[in-house]
Amino acid sequence: MRERVPKIVRGPTPRRKEDDQVVYIDTNSAPRILFSGEDLLLEDLPIGTRVVYPKPPIEGLANPGAAIRYALNHPLGTEPLYAQLAPGMKVTIAVDDISMPLPPMVTPDVRQTIIEILLEMLDANGIDDVHIIIATSLHRRQTKAEMKRMVGAKIFDAFYPDRYYNHDAEDPDGMVNLGVTAHNEVVNINRRAAESDLVIYVNINFVPMNGGHKSMAVGLCDYQSLRAHHEPETIRQSDSYMDPKRSMLATKIGRMGALVDEHMKVFHIETALNNRMYAGATAFLAKNEDEFTEFDRMKFEGMRWTLSKLPPAAKRKLFQSIPAPYQMIACHAGKTEPVHEKIVERCFEQYAVNVRGQADILICGIPFISPYNVNSILNPLLVQVMALGYFHNMYRGQPVLKKGGVMIITHPCLDEFDHNHHPSYIEFFNRLLPETRDAMKLRHKYEEEFAHNPSYIEMYRRGNAYHGAHPFFMWYWGENGRQHVGHVIVAGAKNAHVPAMLGWQSAESVTEAIAMARGIVGPSPEITLMHHPPIVMMDVE
Amino acid sequence: MDGTLVSTNIVHAFLYNAKNQQGVLKSIVKTAATVASIPLFLGADLYNRRLLNDLFFMRYKGESEDRLRYLADELFESAIRPSIFPGAYELVEKSKEMGLRQVLVTGALDLTVRPLAEHLGLDDYVTNRLEFVDGVATGRLLPPVMAAATKASWMRTYAERETLSLSDCYAYSDSMSDLPMLSIVGHPTAVNPDFRLRATARQHDWPVLDLR
Repeated sequence: MRERVPKIVRGPTPRRKEDDQVVYIDTNSAPRILFSGEDLLLEDLPIGTRVVYPKPPIEGLANPGAAIRYALNHPLGTEPLYAQLAPGMKVTIAVDDISMPLPPMVTPDVRQTIIEILLEMLDANGIDDVHIIIATSLHRRQTKAEMKRMVGAKIFDAFYPDRYYNHDAEDPDGMVNLGVTAHNEVVNINRRAAESDLVIYVNINFVPMNGGHKSMAVGLCDYQSLRAHHEPETIRQSDSYMDPKRSMLATKIGRMGALVDEHMKVFHIETALNNRMYAGATAFLAKNEDEFTEFDRMKFEGMRWTLSKLPPAAKRKLFQSIPAPYQMIACHAGKTEPVHEKIVERCFEQYAVNVRGQADILICGIPFISPYNVNSILNPLLVQVMALGYFHNMYRGQPVLKKGGVMIITHPCLDEFDHNHHPSYIEFFNRLLPETRDAMKLRHKYEEEFAHNPSYIEMYRRGNAYHGAHPFFMWYWGENGRQHVGHVIVAGAKNAHVPAMLGWQSAESVTEAIAMARGIVGPSPEITLMHHPPIVMMDVE
Repeated sequence: MDGTLVSTNIVHAFLYNAKNQQGVLKSIVKTAATVASIPLFLGADLYNRRLLNDLFFMRYKGESEDRLRYLADELFESAIRPSIFPGAYELVEKSKEMGLRQVLVTGALDLTVRPLAEHLGLDDYVTNRLEFVDGVATGRLLPPVMAAATKASWMRTYAERETLSLSDCYAYSDSMSDLPMLSIVGHPTAVNPDFRLRATARQHDWPVLDLR
């Protein structure tokens, strides 16, 4: 990497002042680091490229325990938790699963801290009938080790397996129907939760799409309920699904959640985390490359060299074994909507960056992880969901990419799937995608077949597999991205067939991909790089 | 069936018969002979399931049909029923919900399979059948002998007869010997697989289930 001079004497002044997190590449700019799965790329970007960095982490709360207790005692829209408790009550604590935060946070996990406080309080009020349910919805069951890590050994030893377990959406005796909404959306929910005197939901709001009514109405529901909104039309009408106010997904889930609140007594505890994804030896990954020290450069080169020598599985293991030192920046409790509103506000404070104007070309480095492959492989469908789903939807107002623009992603796109976690993805990818990429056709022709496939159901219930319908949801998740983005070009794909199956083009490098994109959008495109990780959302003027 | 839906196998069934011979001495001798042959059965199974069947069913020679039928119900209640994998009930139930027809294709004997098929509410089954002459087993099987490729061949014929599309069918097995049968359907699944079948299933991207 070439020598950097101090920033104040570097090159011309940026053309337009936007947010502090927005930087324009000039003649003296350093190359930028991009994730490409488990590899790190160093790319020289064209002069004028806009690079959007995440905001620096908001300082975490000094005493999370005190903040949690305060939230429990000063809830929004309801009585303090202690006032709602009575001896002999049946209480269920539902908790968000391992899909967030990413990567899993350093222990003690926020969920552990909250549940420890809750259990103390429940015990002090003479409540023994307590179950802890991981609200997995149709996600995979967490393994014993993952469950233990999430709540700590003490709670695990006391509650596992009879009183601490994963939600099972396919248990014929484990679900109850609460009715239908005015829009005919069927609301089925976990029986134990529905039959409890009180449900306490413990949430980590990692992205603004999560939390609120989604916690209960999605986390503890079944396939029939989920398919009311996990479908292509709803996603097309969500602009974006990370912006609850303009999300049809949030609207539908809100209707179903309101029905849950009508029938059940639910006390929500929501938390927001900062975006301190990396610290110590890997902290440089979140820095502006122009501000790298010599030591940062050495660390980067060392890491890149090490990664280049390791096989993919070892690289994956290495990355997934680095827990994120996230800190809690807010905790609120009480009724669903006021709590969620406060937390989403705090999330946006951490994530939202103001940018002016849309781009013709958007560049995203796809990292090694998504909500759906913790301790597993980011398979081709998940690469798709990261690109056209999550990254495309990280905006408020309008997408950062112009309609019909080109999205360039960096990822090796290996044809590799986890047989234990994603068995139905394999069939979806190899059998269905060659026939059609049309989300509507896939839903109507094949979704139910996969959802009711007895093998996939058993693997979901007894193994650690995502539900048979899950790959469809992942495909729909990319639907508004697919409708909006004109072309996707994968830079650095290790094969031609995976990008082709996804309907994408391939390029050897980012430079070649930009040249190809210029051929599509014209010779002087506006280019934007979303610098991940950690999370950045854009308020696009 | 054996190893897929239940944890017992054909040796358990034969041992049960051996233990329940008429006369203590006869029971002891037959049981001891069967136990002593287990390494031979295991070796034969590794080599070829068909060879195992030939060797194994020879031991039924001289048994009376009435007695075998009588013992089959007892065998089911005392040994097979408690050995049904918990997940087997759910798998059968879910596939019924999906509107699939349930057909058990097994190398076990019809005598032992019938109570299980009735218990699980299966639609159809095909098994191996002992040859009886004057109500006494000859130790030979009536053709077609259900093992390996014969199962696949029977399934093809069955599908044709019933106008079913094999690409819409699901097949479940625990053993590598059933690879032909798994290979001809659209939805093959390895269930509680041995090492070789697990590796093959991985290679072909087939789902792998554990019903135990």
